[in-house]
Amino acid sequence: MEHDARALAQAVAADEARRASRWQLRFRLGWGVLIALLAGFVLVSLNVEIDFIARATPFILEGIWITLIVSASSITLATFLAAVGALGRLSSNAIVNAVASFYVSFFRGTPLILQLLVWYLALPQVGIILDPIFCAIGALGMNYGAYMTEIFRAGIQAVPLGQREAAAALGMSSRTAFLRIVAPQAFRIIVPAIGNDFVAMLKDSALASTVALQEIVWRARNVGQKEFKTLQTFIIAAMIYWALTILFSTFQNRIEKRLAAGDRNKESKG
Amino acid sequence: MWPGETVCILGRSGSGKSTFLRSLNFLEDPTDGVVEIDGVVVAADPFHKEGKERQARIQELRLRAGMVFQEFNLFPHLSVIENCVEAPVHVKGMDRKEAEVIAEKYLAKVGLSEKRDEYPSRLSGGQRQRVAIARALTMQPKVLLFDEPTSALDPTLVGEVLKVMADLAHEGRTMIVVTHEMDFAHEAADRVYYMDQGEFAEVGPPEQVIDAPKDPRTKEFLSRFRTLGSKK
Ligand SMILES: Nc1ncnc2c1ncn2[C@@H]1O[C@H](COP(=O)(O)OP(=O)(O)OP(=O)(O)O)[C@@H](O)[C@H]1O
Ligand SMILES: [Mg+2]
Repeated sequence: MEHDARALAQAVAADEARRASRWQLRFRLGWGVLIALLAGFVLVSLNVEIDFIARATPFILEGIWITLIVSASSITLATFLAAVGALGRLSSNAIVNAVASFYVSFFRGTPLILQLLVWYLALPQVGIILDPIFCAIGALGMNYGAYMTEIFRAGIQAVPLGQREAAAALGMSSRTAFLRIVAPQAFRIIVPAIGNDFVAMLKDSALASTVALQEIVWRARNVGQKEFKTLQTFIIAAMIYWALTILFSTFQNRIEKRLAAGDRNKESKG
Repeated sequence: MWPGETVCILGRSGSGKSTFLRSLNFLEDPTDGVVEIDGVVVAADPFHKEGKERQARIQELRLRAGMVFQEFNLFPHLSVIENCVEAPVHVKGMDRKEAEVIAEKYLAKVGLSEKRDEYPSRLSGGQRQRVAIARALTMQPKVLLFDEPTSALDPTLVGEVLKVMADLAHEGRTMIVVTHEMDFAHEAADRVYYMDQGEFAEVGPPEQVIDAPKDPRTKEFLSRFRTLGSKK
């Protein structure tokens, strides 16, 4: 009897594993077909222009550096603003809170492209003339900072009230309690979100092509338009972005897994 | 309250036991009254007339009152020993080594010396609560406040925590314990308060309040306990 039950359980497990691997196979097959279709389309359209592509690709690739520099600088600025903004939103001081919520409301309530154009086209009108790269970093950083303020605030608030009470009962000032107890726990919640936003930023930095920043899209458009071959150059640009996002998403998944693994050893509710 | 006394507070749910206990270290802001522990005096300040200086005195008060919560509230990102030394080091400015020596002494007392580098999530509920007690003790407070320290625990784990608390009571710690554990109150308390609707309805030694209550509300509360207890 007992033996039968074990055999049955093994058979069920084996069957489940078989079905799972069949699903994986079909999933990969699906991806393979789609990639083949895309590659076919790309080859049909680009094939005839192989020396143009050989000329254009290195020029577009150079834009990666600008994209990466702008994205990294902007996410740094945004992280800083979000940290300050979140503290402001959680402050008991009404004025500080008003300033922070005004910032969030304004920068989330207007289009990013408009904010970018203000930095580049409107600020010169009041005598502030900035290099496109600073316009891009300023606009992206302030805009993302507003969104991230709310993420940081949620992360801080996700730390249970009991943690703050325990810290207070031990005689910690609210400042010490925040720095030593709340912030380290909020950090684990916030880090994956920063990673997500960095990947989103890689793509949104393309908006800076409109303010003459020579990043990937600007280069693809300029080199393509000269010879009426933007189909080719935009496909190249798309491939570069796609590769970048896959690369950084994998990287981010790894960090997240590591954080989660650390948590499994350490955390759960106190 | 006298130094070395153990006081238990009984009362039905919602009668204000937690509120009272939390008012003693101003986690709850009372509307009236004065708290004095070891010479530190803080009065209620419902209209926020006093300034920063009062907050500093509240912190002084909290250093003298260790609190143990129903939900333990250990710091999940810190190991057991770090949980214990965090406040001594970052509030009292104690040397870390020195704080660890004190913490180890109390971890030994609660029987968790070998768990010193473990993280809270790897401990059972009973172990977590014993760490919470060691954490409170490492601050070397004058009085310990317990708010239903065994109510969140599996019945099989209640005993190990109550034993630690009984030991503390017997070695002359000053303790205020909100609890539903009648046997503990009977055995460890010098005095028992019965609380009803935010007021102390009856006060006396456990033999009187638990075994021969005078107040009708206390009687009713305890009789319900008896019937429940005898079923078990
Ligand atoms: N003396 C009081 N003054 C004002 N409010 C009070 C007083 N006592 C109790 N309350 C109110 O009664 C409610 C319940 O009180 P509390 O949580 O302290 O009960 P409890 O006895 O700890 O119950 P439990 O056994 O469920 O933990 C709270 O909302 C509290 O504000
Ligand atoms: Mg309570």
